[in-house]
Amino acid sequence: MRRSLPIWADVALIPLINVVAAFLISGLVVLAIGESPIEALRLMIMGSLGSPEGLAFTLYYSTNFIFTGLSVALAYRAGLFNIGAEGQAYLGGLGAALVCLALPDWPAFLLLPLAIIGAGLFGAFWAMIPGWLLARRGSHIVITTIMFNWIATSLMSYLLVNVLRAPGSMQPETRGFSASAHLPNLDGMLTGLGLKISNSPLNISFLFALIAALYVWLVIWHTRLGYEIRTLGANPGAADYAGVPTAKIIVITMGLSGLMAGGLALNEVLGAQHRLLLDFTSGYGFVGIAVALMGRAHPFGVVCAALLFGILYQGGSELAFDQPKITRDMIVVIQGLVVLFAGALEGLWRRPLLALFNLVSPHQPQTETER
Amino acid sequence: MQSAIECVGVHKYFGPVHANCDIHLNVAAGSIHGIVGENGAGKSTLMSILYGYYEASAGTLRIKGQAVKIASPADAIRLGIGMVHQHFMLIETFSVLENILLGSEGGPLLAPGRTAMRAKLTEFADRYGLAVDPDARIADLGVGMRQRVEILKALMRGANILILDEPTAVLTPDEADSLFIMLRRLRDEGKTILMITHKLREIIELTDHVSVMRRGRMVGHFTTAQTNMDELAKAMVGRPIALDRHKPPCKAGRVILDVRDLVVRNAQGKTCVDHVSFQLREGEIIGLAGVAGNGQSEVLQALAGMCDIETGTINLDGQELDLNHMDPRRMRAKGLMHVPEDRHHHGLVMNFDAYESAILGFHRDAMYGRGLLDRSAMRSALAQDMEAYDIRPRNPQLRTRNFSGGNQQKIVLSREIEREPKVLLIGQPTRGVDVGAIEFIHNRLLHLREEGKAILLVSVELDEIIALSDRILVMCDGRIIGERTGLQTDIQDLGLLMGGVNERVA
Repeated sequence: MRRSLPIWADVALIPLINVVAAFLISGLVVLAIGESPIEALRLMIMGSLGSPEGLAFTLYYSTNFIFTGLSVALAYRAGLFNIGAEGQAYLGGLGAALVCLALPDWPAFLLLPLAIIGAGLFGAFWAMIPGWLLARRGSHIVITTIMFNWIATSLMSYLLVNVLRAPGSMQPETRGFSASAHLPNLDGMLTGLGLKISNSPLNISFLFALIAALYVWLVIWHTRLGYEIRTLGANPGAADYAGVPTAKIIVITMGLSGLMAGGLALNEVLGAQHRLLLDFTSGYGFVGIAVALMGRAHPFGVVCAALLFGILYQGGSELAFDQPKITRDMIVVIQGLVVLFAGALEGLWRRPLLALFNLVSPHQPQTETER
Repeated sequence: MQSAIECVGVHKYFGPVHANCDIHLNVAAGSIHGIVGENGAGKSTLMSILYGYYEASAGTLRIKGQAVKIASPADAIRLGIGMVHQHFMLIETFSVLENILLGSEGGPLLAPGRTAMRAKLTEFADRYGLAVDPDARIADLGVGMRQRVEILKALMRGANILILDEPTAVLTPDEADSLFIMLRRLRDEGKTILMITHKLREIIELTDHVSVMRRGRMVGHFTTAQTNMDELAKAMVGRPIALDRHKPPCKAGRVILDVRDLVVRNAQGKTCVDHVSFQLREGEIIGLAGVAGNGQSEVLQALAGMCDIETGTINLDGQELDLNHMDPRRMRAKGLMHVPEDRHHHGLVMNFDAYESAILGFHRDAMYGRGLLDRSAMRSALAQDMEAYDIRPRNPQLRTRNFSGGNQQKIVLSREIEREPKVLLIGQPTRGVDVGAIEFIHNRLLHLREEGKAILLVSVELDEIIALSDRILVMCDGRIIGERTGLQTDIQDLGLLMGGVNERVA
């Protein structure tokens, strides 16, 4: 008898079933407010994937989710539930902005790497404090990272209102960065591929996000650091036994996690808005938790889940635009259902599916497990 | 002779797994009947069927000759079957009386039921010689007493048939002895007792009849008086097993590990190792015996670098260790390897593939790649060990948790032993391991001793300690209270020592 699902069912089939279930329930909700679910689905798909512009926006949103999803996933591998990607990303924005504002005249090839490093370091720093508190004092990481989100919000409000606000402006935002601080847009590249788009915020950060996913995969599965991270996450007692320096690994993992969250600032601050805005993170950090859960804390899964959430975001706004009865809140409901099915009810289909597998192919000679 | 329990052609499937296959069992009323078998032989499944946790897929159950259907533990209790689990089902903060009352309160107000129950408890305790203080809190009672409460609980619910699951696993030899006296008295009072165990010695000592299970089948029924341990062991494993190994004389060499006045406190600040000193020589096995929780585990962990040491000195291979910087990695580098007592919580990562678990603690070694981890090197390293240690199935990429207990233990052993340890710390080497693997592990340890390695062994199995050790140190309450050689002692002697009674001056 199979005791566990085959790996492909675990990583692909289960999430797929979860998404379909979420969409079915969402369809019922759409039906209840008197709209056609089929039409709504068509609008969402067309709005997010049906045109070059739509696709570009989808990928732009996905970039944010890849970074925050990776952040949560990486910490999760060490058994750390990092709820603070939102605040870490926010601080990452500050790091990037400070570099750009301080060195406006520097050429792009020096300024951009520095700004990227700034974003990463500030994000990492903001995550390492809760990590250090856990390692030193045993403070619960969920509580401290949530609190650090609030501290980040207050700090950034103060800075944007009192310190960094552009002279003469009433908006709580910095002045625009110089052109050398803009990350290259991907419009040109897509045009080269035969897709004509104008004015999409999709920028080179998307490629950075994919590289970051590859990097996380490499760290987690192919380095000794990753081995120690996973050991700590899977069996803290074994980590102790193996002589893994637990406190050090916690701080390093949180640092890497915050570094990933800081990547959000690349896409938003350096790539799209070219200034630091109040609340530019707008909840991407929190959605990152859902993305990581749904992606089963694996970089490849995170990228897939991030694409799905990108589709939901972009398709959702198109839907809200075309169908006045379906508001932005409806979209939040659908996202909520996906989170519910992919996260909280993740195990719902596992048993029935396992039973089905055993019915179809009962023999699995490879384990010698005893009852 | 009337039969209390009869199983006729009982089968149990879990999906395609045939956990119990055509079981025929006849337990005579008023007898003590033992069931032995290796881990996974199907003993627990059968007991669970009798107690109504599972329903049999096919077959008939008869209680006192009547065909019955046992669909739940409630049915079982109604039929007069009581079960004493290996892990007690008692509420620690309740008194004995409250625990027994639980589930039979007899009304919304407790007082009348409690008065009646108190009277009944006294009566039962007298009749079966099971004296307990009804008002003692469970948390204050020792393990043996708790077990007695469990037995009383079952009896007071009208049990005529008692099923005991590994009843001596948590007891000292002394406590086990008094349990046996209790059980014999219960039998003489007409109760029927069915006992699962894997300890053959207890079967021989206590039971009237014994049934042996192997791989889900009953492979033999014996009258205890007409059989012996070798025959039973052979039936359990399916091949002859040497229970008594001839051990070559000890050729102890120079002192390799010298521990003086070791003091360790636990997380609660209690002194759990109290000025322990000993010298371990090359080619020698020292056994640390004692009732669980008397400091043996902490000695092992302290030497392995897993917990802080208060005071003392440790000299390893002529080199004094800095006790402020003990760390498992450092100890391994100095040639001190450690097979931990609990492979689930320390020795392995169950969710890792086996080849990943097989480098735990040695994952920084250059042989597993410079920079990035070299997965194929890791896999082939384990594949070699799998051959040498007969680890089955021979698949390094299988999840650690999917190996049986014995094979998991062999993964840990191969990892620690194959690195040429100067000193091997080993805790509970055969816990949850089947008889065949026990033989292998013991041979491996003796072989290591022949090679001149020094071994410090901690085990709750006194048979194991006596069979393997050249010297036995007995710990009680954090102190070493006696020393014996393997030849001059036996279980009774060690049992008394473990309880703090040193009758013989060593």
